[in-house]
Amino acid sequence: MSPRAAWRLEAEGFREVYDFVPGKVAWLAAGLPTEGTGPHYAVAGEVASPEVPTCSFDSRTAAARERMERAGSSYCVVVNDAGIILGRVRARDLGTGDAPVRDVMQPGPATVRPTAELKPLVARMHKANVTTILVASEKGRLLGVVDRSRAEALLRDPPIGRPLL
Amino acid sequence: MPAELHDVDALRSLLGSEAQLLEVLPEQEYEEEHLPGAVNISLKKLTPAALDTLDRTRPVVVYCWDDA
Repeated sequence: MSPRAAWRLEAEGFREVYDFVPGKVAWLAAGLPTEGTGPHYAVAGEVASPEVPTCSFDSRTAAARERMERAGSSYCVVVNDAGIILGRVRARDLGTGDAPVRDVMQPGPATVRPTAELKPLVARMHKANVTTILVASEKGRLLGVVDRSRAEALLRDPPIGRPLL
Repeated sequence: MPAELHDVDALRSLLGSEAQLLEVLPEQEYEEEHLPGAVNISLKKLTPAALDTLDRTRPVVVYCWDDA
């Protein structure tokens, strides 16, 4: 819709026209303030924490264990140099030795986009009995993690004083 | 040719200057929630008269819901 509008404005003589391609939902996903009189459309990105322990595909489980312990996390996300998610390694899969992370990681962990609507996402997390879910860009880059309890807190008590959609 | 902005930081940078922000979604969606400072003219109402409310000499950033 916005590309057509941008072209229309240009045809009407506007000299400098921009199309903000990702749209309103990307603004919401960045957790930025909005205006309006209706309910707030809560999305995953606004509650995602960027604090996620990561390790590289070529690292060893001892290093992954150390990162998990430092972060107080039960898992570590395996990423490449570009931050693309390659897998996830869980503390319970590490064993006691020092093996290559690639040998124990789970490939293809579930992810959601930062623009995913929060309320149905939390419902799906409940149903699947998961407490966290990774947030990734459309190209697979790790952006953060949604903690279910934090998301539920936002749904219970919207911080901007407006009801949630 | 309209330029494309692909990330929020680029938009915020532009809004920090003198750009105008135009939401082209239907009025109800705009009323419920919109970007700060945005004005609303839905795509179906983009008539020359409606556009006269905007300054043709200043940059305009157009947006809708998403990239679909």
